[in-house]
Amino acid sequence: MNRSLIISSVLHVILIMITAMSLPFLAKKPVDLPPIVSIELIQITDKTNIPFAPKAKKIIEKIKEKEKKLVSEQAPPKKVKKIKPDSIPMPEDKVEKIEKIEEDKQNPEKIDNEVKQVSEFEKDELFDPNNIAALIDKSKEESAETTNKTDKITQDQERNIENFGLSLSEEDALKAQIFGCWSIPLGLPYNENLLVRIKLKLNPDGTVSQSEILDHARMNKPGQGFYKVLAESALRAVKLCQPLRVPTTGYERWKELQLNFDAREMLEG
Amino acid sequence: MKRSLFILLLLFILIPFKTFALIEVDITRGNLNPLPIAVSPLSIDENSRKNFEKILQKKNIGSEISIVVEKNLKTSGLFNPLNKDAFLQAPDIANLKPRFEDWNLIKAQALITGKVNFVEEKLRVEFRLWDVLAGKEMMALAFTTVPNNWRRVGHIITDKVYERLTGEKGYFDTRIIYVAEEGPKTRRIKKLAIMDQDGANNKFLTLGNELVLTPRFNPTSQMVTYLSYFRNLPRVYLLDIETGMQEVVGDFPGMTFAPRFSPDGKKIIMSFAKDGNSDIYTMDLENRIVEKITDHPSIDTSPSFSPDGKYICFNSDRSGYQQIYIMNSDGGNVKRISFGKGLYGTPVWSPRGDLIAFTKLHKGKFYIGVMRTDGSGERLLTENFYQEAPSWSPNGRVLIFYRETETDDKGEGFSAKLWSIDLTGYNERLVDTPTDASDPSWSSLLSN
Repeated sequence: MNRSLIISSVLHVILIMITAMSLPFLAKKPVDLPPIVSIELIQITDKTNIPFAPKAKKIIEKIKEKEKKLVSEQAPPKKVKKIKPDSIPMPEDKVEKIEKIEEDKQNPEKIDNEVKQVSEFEKDELFDPNNIAALIDKSKEESAETTNKTDKITQDQERNIENFGLSLSEEDALKAQIFGCWSIPLGLPYNENLLVRIKLKLNPDGTVSQSEILDHARMNKPGQGFYKVLAESALRAVKLCQPLRVPTTGYERWKELQLNFDAREMLEG
Repeated sequence: MKRSLFILLLLFILIPFKTFALIEVDITRGNLNPLPIAVSPLSIDENSRKNFEKILQKKNIGSEISIVVEKNLKTSGLFNPLNKDAFLQAPDIANLKPRFEDWNLIKAQALITGKVNFVEEKLRVEFRLWDVLAGKEMMALAFTTVPNNWRRVGHIITDKVYERLTGEKGYFDTRIIYVAEEGPKTRRIKKLAIMDQDGANNKFLTLGNELVLTPRFNPTSQMVTYLSYFRNLPRVYLLDIETGMQEVVGDFPGMTFAPRFSPDGKKIIMSFAKDGNSDIYTMDLENRIVEKITDHPSIDTSPSFSPDGKYICFNSDRSGYQQIYIMNSDGGNVKRISFGKGLYGTPVWSPRGDLIAFTKLHKGKFYIGVMRTDGSGERLLTENFYQEAPSWSPNGRVLIFYRETETDDKGEGFSAKLWSIDLTGYNERLVDTPTDASDPSWSSLLSN
């Protein structure tokens, strides 16, 4: 009797301990998330200050490395990824399906990265034991370091994805292209609110699979002739500019774009 | 197990929100290059072609009309009509259903097609405007008129196309009245003349016995007011262009300047000198009552109403130099708006109401410029030895003015010509007139 009482009380204590331990753990997690948001400003300046070409090279190299490494970590999903680019030029439905699959995969990747972020700090602290291990096997050390580096890069990029969408240079390239294609109807009044917002669905090669004017109802309202003219000119610009100069990577983040056409600055002269 | 499931669920909820944040890109600049447009010759059947050839002595009236359209679009500076030699599709087929790939190939963004028919002694024109990139019809209209009006059909088509593609009314189906000048500078013969805005159909309205000055169109009808000297006395006339009827509004003392209509066409506003002092007056055309608007010892001249009739801009030297002022239409609340260096004159309020055009003299050069109605945003559009008297196109986008050249040592080389310039300041063009010309005034749209 006593024995069973002890066992049950011990088990209860263990249960209480587990819940007490795990609950704060859950509570800590959200606390861990905010720092990711606060870091980002530094990285914008990095992006803008560093000359584009060398960076692009590095990024491309890193991406290649990532792919290799990822293949080793998550072999089956990567194969699916390789199939996707081949199927890209297909009709819209298929593209969307592929996109969804990619998202699903990306999420697990992000989880990995977030976990890695934690582990990174740990690694920094615990670096000595690693070094000791590395002393024993140099080849292992090299691979560990490279994975660390690539992980950092992917984190950088994903932070940009999450918080900024396109980098400034990518955005500038796209803007410059559309500036060239957009013939502004010069007869429009500069003192009216004429902002045309167009939502685009893009294919990975930068061609537009679907374009939608967000205030479409306004186009056919009486007295909105100017708006209609501006909207049509914006649509012409998008069609003329195809394929859009989108980044070569990160299709997920720019597969949907919103372009805000505003001619006031030009019309004011 | 449950915890990990919960965490996974949490991540699935959180992460998609971040990745799906729609990227927005602001496009605040574009190019001001003229829009490439293809004007396919209007198709015409053989029977109609022969009939029109008899009546109008034009071999193919369809292509003649398309040439008028093409020329209008080109002079606007906003369109670039493509060379017809590059067209891949015949006019008659293009009018039914254009092959957009063919027009896309020659980089056309818009396409005009049409058809001309001879119907009961009349000219019937159908035309269509196509958006080549979107592959759809933007507009389709038909007109019927007397064959002699074929040039106007071309102008009306241009107005419609212009309005559809730029968002503002056109100015092609309009006329320009001006003072035609002939003879040596010392014995100049000045006649009143009128022509289409593209220089065609030039006609002289007076014989040249009397000196005529400053003709101005009524903004609401085809009526003109002008100043003429009769026995050395300035006299203000009204002339109905449609009927040729002319009437004297009144004789005025001393120096009388630049009569101009109010926006509703019911009054004339002008300046004249009474007791040696130049002030601004209005005259009601119905009851001929003259009202004094300004009362100031300085010289006030060149009044022009705002399109809503609530304000008047004019020029005055009350600050010591000739500058532009605005006031309420009853003469109250006078405000100086020009503060730049140099002298400002001939202010004219734009029919759109947003700008005032003026002539500026600075360091011996004449400029035509525009400023906002509060005097801000002054922009000088063109500079020359001597130029003045800007007049707005009815849509407030183009100015017509006259420019004189310098006389050389022998007293030769003098000429006065009409020029037009648009608000960008880049599209400056000589307007062809058979004689020398000055003091142009642009009519409102004839088709409205």
